[in-house]
Amino acid sequence: MPTQHIAPRRPGFMERERLQDLLDALRLLGYRTLGPVVDEDTIQWREVDAIDALPAGVQARQGAGEYRLEVQPDDRLFAWNHGPQAIKPLLFSAEERLWRERLMVDGQIEIKQTLPEVEPTAIFGVRACDLAALALQDRHFLSPQHPDPHYKIRREALFLIGIDCAFSAATCFCTSTGDGPSLGEGFDIGMAELDNGYLFWGGSAKGSEIIDRLSLKPATEAQLNNMIQGTDRAAAQQHRFLPGETELKQLYEKLNHEHWDEIGERCLSCGNCTAVCPTCFCYSTGYQRTLDGRSAEMKRQWDSCFSPTHSSMGHFMVRGETTLRYRQWLTHKLAGWQEQFGRSGCVGCGRCITWCPVGIDLTQAVAALLDGGLADA
Amino acid sequence: MNSTKPKLSVHKFSSCDGCQLALLNLGESLLELPKYVDITHFAEAGPNNPNAKVDVALVEGSISTPDDIERIKQVRENSAYLITIGACATTGGLQALANLADREAWMAAVYARPDTIETLSSSTSISEHVKVDLELHGCPVNSQQVIAALADLLAGVKPVSERQTLCMECKRNGVVCTMVTKGEPCMGPVTRAGCGALCPSLGRACYSCYGPAETVNDGALAQRLQSLGLTSEAVARRFLFITSGAPPFRDAGLRLRRPPLETDE
Repeated sequence: MPTQHIAPRRPGFMERERLQDLLDALRLLGYRTLGPVVDEDTIQWREVDAIDALPAGVQARQGAGEYRLEVQPDDRLFAWNHGPQAIKPLLFSAEERLWRERLMVDGQIEIKQTLPEVEPTAIFGVRACDLAALALQDRHFLSPQHPDPHYKIRREALFLIGIDCAFSAATCFCTSTGDGPSLGEGFDIGMAELDNGYLFWGGSAKGSEIIDRLSLKPATEAQLNNMIQGTDRAAAQQHRFLPGETELKQLYEKLNHEHWDEIGERCLSCGNCTAVCPTCFCYSTGYQRTLDGRSAEMKRQWDSCFSPTHSSMGHFMVRGETTLRYRQWLTHKLAGWQEQFGRSGCVGCGRCITWCPVGIDLTQAVAALLDGGLADA
Repeated sequence: MNSTKPKLSVHKFSSCDGCQLALLNLGESLLELPKYVDITHFAEAGPNNPNAKVDVALVEGSISTPDDIERIKQVRENSAYLITIGACATTGGLQALANLADREAWMAAVYARPDTIETLSSSTSISEHVKVDLELHGCPVNSQQVIAALADLLAGVKPVSERQTLCMECKRNGVVCTMVTKGEPCMGPVTRAGCGALCPSLGRACYSCYGPAETVNDGALAQRLQSLGLTSEAVARRFLFITSGAPPFRDAGLRLRRPPLETDE
């Protein structure tokens, strides 16, 4: 519930006109500042140096297979819910080179890791669900045994300004996964948009230091209430939900349920759901060679359990049928992740519903599969 | 010439030459290529020796005349490795639309002397006539894919073909979905990647010039396109366009054209 995170906040209030001060403070500290900007009919992370580039009054209406921006006469800059991507592409690059190989004159092969050049980057307005997803990606890519150096270098350069959601899209269901709409953890600065300004609070030592420098007045009781009203409203606006993790584990008991075939008939196996999912982390690798045959680059790119390559083993494809691919995705995401990472891999952002070209809804799928308890099979 | 370099040929069948032009437009890589291979035949670029034995043959165009059939057999016999390039060679191309039409009537309507025209009753892919080692799709082909395949072969490695959907390419390139944001009737979910998501990156729907992906759920996509306001004939035409000769698209298009009474049972 939203109120559980409120106690340690002790936020300060900033008038809407002063928001530029925070942006300036971050830029002065050497951060590249990314924020939400309207681009290609959506909200996207773009470099922002002036607050007037932010989407005033813009809301994102989302439904199954549909995303439309609407503009209201409103000063709010964060009334939109979220865009097509969380911060995943900024850390887990969709396409990148891992290393270079070169055949030397003496016949030896030289291998050089190629790390990306990064600059300190602050992201303005990250949602609670996307921070929860980031924590999961961290667990995967920064495992102590095998940290991913490309992910790590970008991750360490990141400064996050999270924001409470004061509105939900029709596709949101973060209250049921416990990941929103109010900020939990994982941000440097926390932020809430009120009717007439902003509340800010520190989430890390670095973040608190910056907030202190802005010398904000402590929030009044009315302002705190306004903040809680926002997240309560966002929570109340949610109509989709996922059951709890114990129930989700029961998906393993439903592997022969006829509903998988019904979804298989609708699913295009296009991979959109996995590409927009902020926690999906699958990739494939391949060499790109030069014509002289003396050097090559190892490239990786996003892959998907809906791609034929994903389960191909030599001459055998483990999951040739779409039904099996969808089953793999859903059972892994919601049940398998619990064994791997200690929690379900779904943070309730609903992007897989919005960006599915045919509008397949995982909350409906789960409801249909778990309906009638355990006694199917 | 007593060069020990591998030999490469580029052959043209029924086509617009666009894939050969794509190769000519390669720029630097094209100039670099002769350092590692002898180009024995590439009529559009100069070398003209169609019957030479080669290590790798690139084949553009579809089979649409009796002469094409004889020639492709010869090319196959002369080539250790045969790569088809582009929609015509891999699916029969735009001209395969004639397979679904009254060919005789069209010839009579277009030509003064249709009896002088020697043509087969269909335009078909190269792989329907001879064994093909690698297919590179697209209208035109992505010339970087051609170079990558040649680089793999020169290194003694089996080239891999693109197997993801166009949707994955859009997402990798950060291109926002035109269907979800604008209701554009996009063929991306059933189309093979490889073009660089060119049309969607300009806000346009994909019209599938790269042809069918490995998994084509035409029924579900057709239903979605119809919900966006397209008639079933309009949807059929999206399947029956550049790659109508590819079986998944041909079957999808013909199913959509069948009168509803027959499909209902």
